[in-house]
Amino acid sequence: MAARIERSVGKDMPGISLPPAPDARRRLADGPGPRVVAPGRKLSWAWLGLLPFLLFALLFMILPASSIVIGSFQNEAGSFTLDNLANLFKPSILDSYLVTMKVSATTALLGGILGLLIAYAISIGGLPKSLKTFMSTFSGVASNFAGVPLAFAFIATLGRMGFLTVLLRTLFGFELYNTGFNLYSFWGLTLTYTYFQIPLMILIIEPALEGMKKEWREASESLGASSLQYWTRVGIPVLLPSILAALILLFGNAFGAYATAYALTGGLINIVPILIGAQIRGNVLHDPQLGYALAFGMVIVMTVSILFYSWLQKISSRWVK
Amino acid sequence: MKRRTWLSWLWFSVGMIYFFLPLFATFLFSLRGKKGVLSFVAYQNVFKDPTFLKTFGFSLEMALLTVLVGLILIVPTAIWIQLKVPKAKALFDVLTLMPFAVPPIILAFGLIRTYSRPPLALVSTPAILVAAYVVISFPYIYRSVDSGLRSMDLRGLSEAAQSLGAGWGSLLFRVVLPNLRTALLSATFLTLAIVIGELTLAVLLAWPAFGPYMALMGRNRAYEPAALAIMSFGLTWGAIGLIQLLTRSAKDKGSGIGAGGH
Repeated sequence: MAARIERSVGKDMPGISLPPAPDARRRLADGPGPRVVAPGRKLSWAWLGLLPFLLFALLFMILPASSIVIGSFQNEAGSFTLDNLANLFKPSILDSYLVTMKVSATTALLGGILGLLIAYAISIGGLPKSLKTFMSTFSGVASNFAGVPLAFAFIATLGRMGFLTVLLRTLFGFELYNTGFNLYSFWGLTLTYTYFQIPLMILIIEPALEGMKKEWREASESLGASSLQYWTRVGIPVLLPSILAALILLFGNAFGAYATAYALTGGLINIVPILIGAQIRGNVLHDPQLGYALAFGMVIVMTVSILFYSWLQKISSRWVK
Repeated sequence: MKRRTWLSWLWFSVGMIYFFLPLFATFLFSLRGKKGVLSFVAYQNVFKDPTFLKTFGFSLEMALLTVLVGLILIVPTAIWIQLKVPKAKALFDVLTLMPFAVPPIILAFGLIRTYSRPPLALVSTPAILVAAYVVISFPYIYRSVDSGLRSMDLRGLSEAAQSLGAGWGSLLFRVVLPNLRTALLSATFLTLAIVIGELTLAVLLAWPAFGPYMALMGRNRAYEPAALAIMSFGLTWGAIGLIQLLTRSAKDKGSGIGAGGH
């Protein structure tokens, strides 16, 4: 997954809206109206047109997702239990959640900060417009450049025989792998994920930066504010909800990522998606019930992130349109 | 602001290095297939491998089916909602964005649990893979189609068409779809770029797709994976670049899209 969400996602996440009350519908039926708006009772029939899509979503998205929630409350015989969820608090499982959160938070911060600075540079930082076009296009590509090919690229760069590893050795006599660095562990995974996090951040935050009004800066300057004061008192407070929302998105993006980690480490790193994958594939520790609980934990993390994200989006939409 | 431009250049350069160093390193690595000289041997080896063509063909086929099913599901629904049931828009928004909350790894798990036993033992058919791909491409297809629909006056167009005697068929195929051309092409290329190299669902649902093939090569070979990475990057670049080109030329034409409604 990746490049994807941008600002339109969850601008608001309204609940399910129902058709109008019966008497309202009758009133609609009497009034004149354009032909395409089905008047009167037909309104309820019009909902039938959504059936194919709704059915598909139910069968292949909602049912599978809910089966995980249900499965995490069942034992192998199918009766109710809380044991699976209790197992989530075993030290080894808790540890993998902690590692996953650490990787996700670090890549979100690293990618978020770098992405923000680059987005600033190309949007209001005074660079030529052609660079902005180039960087936006490139970000669209790079944020989708995840999974197996990305893992290969980082092996070629930072692996034991990688370009940068060898370059550091021959130019500076610096042995990267003597410092405890390993591409197949925490920092390797973090640097690799950051490759798709930076462009994702650029795509998400650039519109917010563009939306900052010139008048704000002019007004604060004419009132004698320095550049630092402008940013600390106006710029950053206005941007903060957008930035936080973007960081949450990056966090979720890294939290659910399986392909890159799988290709990079061969499934040997202790993060939640890899553990879930191992449960499905029936590798070591094969325990489907634990698999449900692990997946359930991830669904909770993702749901909380998305809710938090849409709340922040609502706040930021007050300023930046 | 001018005095700060050097800082902008600095951040821009940092970004360029982060983006292009791994690509450069990979390209260099991919040329080392033959000892002592730079050559395209690794690329030749990839193309000579019958499994490459087989898995790539399989993934391409899955991707095209995904595009087809995804467009058939989403385009008419989005149009129908805008014209007939605007109240359903909120529900549709939430459903098409839900795949962001359900990562592929979770989706794979849920699908296996739901469809691996009778009465619906679908897991062993490629249909389930296509269905899963359609779900993960919901957000991309919907976003393209939605922005396409918003940039045209759908209501005005359909009123005009219907007052001239057009039925639903000609409204859809001769008025709305031609105006959505750019959006549909964007959705198609984006979906292709995402599905062709997809690993998680293919590996967990056990299909011989291109993603798992690449992962396997990564374990057994040294230089061919680098060649594959460069090729996939080229593919993604081609797809996204084409989308940018399309949308930009559509924007340049300005009100060209949907102007018929005014």
